[in-house]
Amino acid sequence: MSAMAFFIDYSRCIGCQACVQACAECDTHRGTSMIHLETIERRDSVQTAPQVCMHCEDPICARVCPADAIKKTPDGVVQSSLKPRCIGCSNCVVSCPFGVPKYSAEIDQMMKCDMCYDRTSIGKKPMCATVCPSGALTFTTMEDIQRTRRGIPVNSWRFGEEDVKTKVYVMVPREVERVNVELVQITPTPASLPEDPYDIALMLEEVR
Amino acid sequence: MAKLPVDIPELVKEFGPHVHRVPPGGWAHTGPDDKLVKTHCCFCGQQCGIQLRVRDNKVVGFEPWEDFPFNKGKLCPKGVKRYMQDEHPDRLKAPMMRVAGKGFQPTTWDEALDKTVAEIRRIQQAYGNDSFGVLSGASLTNEKAYLMGKFARVALRTANIDYNGRLCMVSAGAASRKVFGMDRSANPWSDIPKAKVILLAGSNVAECSPITTDYIWQMRENGGKLIVLDPRMTPIARNADLFIPVRSGGDIGVFNGMLHVMIERGWIDYDFIEKHTTGWEQVAETVKKYTPEYASKIAGVPPEMIVKAAEMWGPAPTSFVLHARGIEHHSKGVENCVAAITLAVATGRIGREGCGYAMITGQGNGQGGREQGQKCDQLPGNRSVENHEHRKYIAGVWGVPEESIPRKGLSAVKLIEAIHDGKIKGLISICFNPAVSLPDANYVREAFEKLEFYANIDFFLSETARYADVVLAGSLMEEDEGTTTNVEGKVILHRKAVDPPGDARVDWQIICDIATRLGYGDKFPYKNSHDIFEELRVASKGGISDYYGMSWEMISEQNGVYWPCPEVGHPGTPRLYEGGKFAHPDGKAHFVPVEWRPSAEMPDEEYPIILTTGRVVSHFLSGTQTRRIGGLLDQYPQPRCEIHPRLAEKLGIADGDFVKVESRRGHVVVRAQVVKTIRPDTVFIPYHWPLGRSANNMTVRAIDPESNIPEYKICAVRVIKTVEPTDEIARLEVEAGGIR
Ligand code: SF4
Ligand code: SF4
Ligand code: SF4
Repeated sequence: MSAMAFFIDYSRCIGCQACVQACAECDTHRGTSMIHLETIERRDSVQTAPQVCMHCEDPICARVCPADAIKKTPDGVVQSSLKPRCIGCSNCVVSCPFGVPKYSAEIDQMMKCDMCYDRTSIGKKPMCATVCPSGALTFTTMEDIQRTRRGIPVNSWRFGEEDVKTKVYVMVPREVERVNVELVQITPTPASLPEDPYDIALMLEEVR
Repeated sequence: MAKLPVDIPELVKEFGPHVHRVPPGGWAHTGPDDKLVKTHCCFCGQQCGIQLRVRDNKVVGFEPWEDFPFNKGKLCPKGVKRYMQDEHPDRLKAPMMRVAGKGFQPTTWDEALDKTVAEIRRIQQAYGNDSFGVLSGASLTNEKAYLMGKFARVALRTANIDYNGRLCMVSAGAASRKVFGMDRSANPWSDIPKAKVILLAGSNVAECSPITTDYIWQMRENGGKLIVLDPRMTPIARNADLFIPVRSGGDIGVFNGMLHVMIERGWIDYDFIEKHTTGWEQVAETVKKYTPEYASKIAGVPPEMIVKAAEMWGPAPTSFVLHARGIEHHSKGVENCVAAITLAVATGRIGREGCGYAMITGQGNGQGGREQGQKCDQLPGNRSVENHEHRKYIAGVWGVPEESIPRKGLSAVKLIEAIHDGKIKGLISICFNPAVSLPDANYVREAFEKLEFYANIDFFLSETARYADVVLAGSLMEEDEGTTTNVEGKVILHRKAVDPPGDARVDWQIICDIATRLGYGDKFPYKNSHDIFEELRVASKGGISDYYGMSWEMISEQNGVYWPCPEVGHPGTPRLYEGGKFAHPDGKAHFVPVEWRPSAEMPDEEYPIILTTGRVVSHFLSGTQTRRIGGLLDQYPQPRCEIHPRLAEKLGIADGDFVKVESRRGHVVVRAQVVKTIRPDTVFIPYHWPLGRSANNMTVRAIDPESNIPEYKICAVRVIKTVEPTDEIARLEVEAGGIR
């Protein structure tokens, strides 16, 4: 495996869905997209967030699979379920901390991003990260990302008491080194933040 | 004559739009391709490089073209799915004639062309040459745009040719010509990341020119700041350092207000102004009264925002102005743009690395399409049709007497008005769908019904083509070769991937066939589009947009060449105005003072809400192409009316309710989308749909006096909660104009 890595920068995402459209064009799963574009309640914001499989070092989806249908390749890519093995139990779906695997009822099988194994295994870039017009998804070297981005790449997560390391990196502001995903989040809004940063009516309050 | 031959549901049944989701051979079919063709996206002005996969003379998919410098393999969803239109079942594969009561019947080329020529002759003999009009397109290659201009002047001898770039960015072009003497983005996109501050005015780049977002984010990574002006919080505005939710039509308030503050605080480059500009005093005098408080009333935003913008823009070492349709689609579009560019000139930040301005082209060849002489007032090379020297030169290239070249004709909206008034009786159009794209759509449809003869050249039966007497099945971009000029002013080469299917013909051939039948074969002797390019080069020589030094080989080898490229061996000109040398005869930039004035139609008691229109990322222009592609349609199946919760609550509207949006001219029924990301005095509806869902049913026919661009970005409406419509058209499938 080359020194190329997959980086996600949520702050750059413009919600265009080029990634979703392009993922459906990969040769291994033509016609079906495996990337999720999460949308915050559109009423409140235009923020969107792409979610690919994070390709965990110790993938819990594979660990909980009773049929041993999820394989990790030697170069660290966690594959989609193997067709003949997957029994559609959805254990992987509920166990993944990132909410990645999806159960497809039509084919009775779990489907998820395999980092375009048809492409990455022969030195090409994944479809979504090649086309993403805003650079929210990038497949490049660590040196390149450090040279071109202000934020830093992080691949170490904490879910409650659990530490998770992933093959995919996310870009975070410099001060963050590990993403703490609190299972129950009760962080109060800092007083300096506007009440609702996306509400244009509030921005215009003083104008008549 | 030009009434619909059968009713709309019947036309839809036969010609679509139908939605198409599967590549040739099906999804499961993989295996080796015959070839991979390096070409470009057929949609917006970014003209992204893309490789088309071809098998058995069919486009079966795409592969990113990572070596193409502008987009490096990046694509928006339209680019990803563009290949799906090639083998589309709606594709027109033979010429057709209308048969009343029966719809369109396939015919032979001889019959279709003979009929067209006979009608041209009949109408011109009865009512004069100018009674036959031409409507052309800005998504055509440079070669075709050039050909259309020559065809109108030489073969039809009509003054009345115009193009759909008239709806797109002519205000930007006119403003640039006024201030700089030239109509082109001043900088290559590689200058954007080097700016310390960017003013993005009226441009939803995330949806309309997505590749540009990467350049802007790079600027942020380098520590630069972003100011965004828009009545809606667009995805790019979400991450702006300063977002100004300006009221539509109020932009001059912000620009003049910023300049006012900058003069007060001393952030003006007087040395640059002295050496390289004229007219500063009048501008300084004009903006005196634009105090932040006064400006704030015009712009409809708090004065502090305007001050903050000046504080960010004023002292920056480098800067970039980017503007697009948001400030251009106004009856004061030219003035809006002039006021924006003035900020760059007043700070002397133009013509050097990281400093400049750009207008963001909307249509595929929005730039080149407005240089080659298909505008009603223009000859090739951006020459004036009223200038004796210019006329003489082009007459020489064409081998016709100068007097035979008609003078200035009618621009697009006026041309439609002349049809409505019965002054223009016949029309030929190519790649232009005015029934969806022109303002005041009901009026446009009435006009089309009054035509005595109408011939349409296109590859799908557009909503406008339904009115045609003769439909001439033309070609897609991948079925011919030719150049376009991208948003940066860079001329690039579209390569042929496949042949036109069935009996369809390449567009230039159709035009030449008509010209030949009209007796002008000797003036249109081309064997391929390269021949046309060779003539275009010569025609542009010495003009403002000078392509003379270019060759297809050079364009191909260098992945594009920037104009002007005046001599063979010249490398092209990526950055204009270096060293403060501008394109006016005196070499200076000309300041032009602008005052704010109200838009043509302002909200009032009867129609109290502002309607503004625009695009969504998965659709392109009138939607003729994108509404037929499954993935793109699924992404945004039908227009929605964005409305702020406060306004929605006042009107008793909940998210997802059907609403009737109504102006003095017409209405639509669409679903409401309640969002906090829009001004509470404004609603937004995208314009890509026809009939009962066409935003242009409401828009106003007012135009900018100088550029003649329509005022799409503001008209007055009322919004009423309603029920789902049940008429026959509403019951059609969504892609065909129905509603869900
Ligand atoms: S392609 Fe990139 S910018 Fe577009 S939705 Fe996907 S991640 Fe976001
Ligand atoms: S890496 Fe490939 S499979 Fe995974 S989401 Fe991106 S395009 Fe789809
Ligand atoms: S529509 Fe524009 S941005 Fe999208 S792929 Fe085509 S040229 Fe690029």
